[in-house]
Amino acid sequence: MTERSYEKFFRQNRLPHLWCPGCGNGIAMKAIVQAIEKKSGWTQDNTIIVSGIGCSSRASGYMDFDTLHTAHGRAIPFATGIKLAKPELNVVVITGDGDCTAIGGNHFIHGCRRNIDLTVILFNNNIYGMTGGQASPMTPLGKKATTAPYGSIDRPFDACKLAEAAGATYVARSTAFHVQHLTKIIEDALDNKGFSFIEALVQCPTAYGRRNKIGEPAKMMAWMRDNAVMKNAWDKLPDEKKIGEKFPIGLFYKAETETYDEAYHHVMEIAGGASK
Amino acid sequence: MSAKLMQGNEAVAEGALAAGVRFFGGYPITPSTEIAEGMAKLLPKVGGTFIQMEDEIASMGVVLGASLAGKKVLTASSGPGISLKQELIGYAAAAEIPVVIVNVQRVGPSTGQPTAPSQGDVMQARWGTHGDHSIIALSPWSVRESFELTIKAINYAEKFRTPVILLMDEIVGHLRENVELPAENEIEIYPRRTPKKSRAEGYEPYTPDEDLVPNVANFGEGYHVHVTGLIHDETGFPSGSPKITAEFIKRMHEKISRAADEIIEVETDFMDDAEIAVVSFGGTARTAYEAVRNSRAKGLKVGFVRLVTIWPFADKIIAELAKKVKGLIVAELNYGQIVGEVQRAANGNCAVKLCAKYDMTIFEPEEIESAIDELISEVGGK
Repeated sequence: MTERSYEKFFRQNRLPHLWCPGCGNGIAMKAIVQAIEKKSGWTQDNTIIVSGIGCSSRASGYMDFDTLHTAHGRAIPFATGIKLAKPELNVVVITGDGDCTAIGGNHFIHGCRRNIDLTVILFNNNIYGMTGGQASPMTPLGKKATTAPYGSIDRPFDACKLAEAAGATYVARSTAFHVQHLTKIIEDALDNKGFSFIEALVQCPTAYGRRNKIGEPAKMMAWMRDNAVMKNAWDKLPDEKKIGEKFPIGLFYKAETETYDEAYHHVMEIAGGASK
Repeated sequence: MSAKLMQGNEAVAEGALAAGVRFFGGYPITPSTEIAEGMAKLLPKVGGTFIQMEDEIASMGVVLGASLAGKKVLTASSGPGISLKQELIGYAAAAEIPVVIVNVQRVGPSTGQPTAPSQGDVMQARWGTHGDHSIIALSPWSVRESFELTIKAINYAEKFRTPVILLMDEIVGHLRENVELPAENEIEIYPRRTPKKSRAEGYEPYTPDEDLVPNVANFGEGYHVHVTGLIHDETGFPSGSPKITAEFIKRMHEKISRAADEIIEVETDFMDDAEIAVVSFGGTARTAYEAVRNSRAKGLKVGFVRLVTIWPFADKIIAELAKKVKGLIVAELNYGQIVGEVQRAANGNCAVKLCAKYDMTIFEPEEIESAIDELISEVGGK
């Protein structure tokens, strides 16, 4: 039996979590702590978890680090302040599709643009779960939500393309089904010096799956298995085969670019305050 | 330090540095921009961080993050920018994060008159963010006082772990005066509060100290603190208990109201034999002082009262004054805001007359002198 050594990263007195049975958020949260566990130099004392508002963002309360549950959409500005105030700290942001790409959309693209050294993990459940199933900017076209009872007509964001275009230096996607792959890309993202963005597709059986008749949690995960295509294979697919609900997962973009705090250090050198 | 020609906004930046501010996040907006520009220049010289954010909401978020990581922080804005900051001013109140927000007031509502002075944000400073909360707001009337009150605001933010509003106006923000700033050894600094227990000893970040203020550990110091804008108990974790909720809201208010005598500062002059007095604050107080002196030269027994602390309101001081004088004139550059507080505190013990101006220009002394003449004829003083 595998040793559950990662459990030390959880606040046992705050569990069980408030997520619905079958929710994918716990899988993504576990992937994060398993990735952190593998990083030498990343400790519970020098790693800060910052989250916004929504189902995903309740994760911070369960994780035994300094944790910050901010306001809706604002996790990235708070995280930016922590990182720039104490560049020696490791800062991880947990957000959701509504939190990150709707109310926090402006902060998201500007965090990418500045290449602040943060790892941002978006738990994409395609819906506003906490408030009972309203459409988000990542609800697929045609899918139903309480605020899109006839099917969503809002064209959804591809958050990975958005992050890459805005200047993030590590961009990847995985799913709650591909948990080992998810853990591995989070590990790589933690290593990246700069703004790292990961979209973790998670199932929301209660507010999304049920309304869209996708079925039980296991069926939602089977859908991930059947429709996710690894990046290498996806790139080789002819366009006529990139059809239906198929989508690519894996590493989409990686670059080495000066981070904001490195650049700001040069500003301090010019101004004469670097050693103060 | 030798005398130097300086603007109110520049004095805020200098004061912030002297108070130990090492982090500023902001967004350009008239008439507060010189504060951000000053910080952009000064902070990297002392190892501090300046960042221009994508909007005023992010500016609040970034300074709150930096404050939690242990830095003394400042942000500044005006008009619509202050409206945008309200959400996270409430977060700072709820999560008890030290922060100073400078509001260089301009004419509103909305885009209003962007370059013109106003004092129309008095009630917004008190109640701008949603929900019951306490706040401290200070209003300087000179360049030197802009420096001094910035330091005081930072000290109060740290001492009471609360947002503090430095309620400037365009008059003082853009006023240039030859000032001699206090020397470093004359400046008192309130340090960041620190935990009194270790985790092993059962440290809880939101357990209030004797002064009702908690000693929340900075991030990165091993305390594994949880911070949230949800109503929380002493552990910092959310609670759905009516009892905890009521205790939390009560403590938020009482940590400030208990210290009101320490925080509230009111300057008076010509009050010994005054039959009426002019109450004012900020840039308007400069004109009011001139009007009072002119009226005195005409032999009128008029006193001068200047609110340095706007919130918490100087209830006791105004109540006492109302028993001594026949009437109070409240001069403010808005349609009438602080006058309601003065009326409430005066509680019918003297006449209260509003001298309001909201045409985007500052008061002329004659306008306040006319109000003085009118009130004297109404209440029968001389």
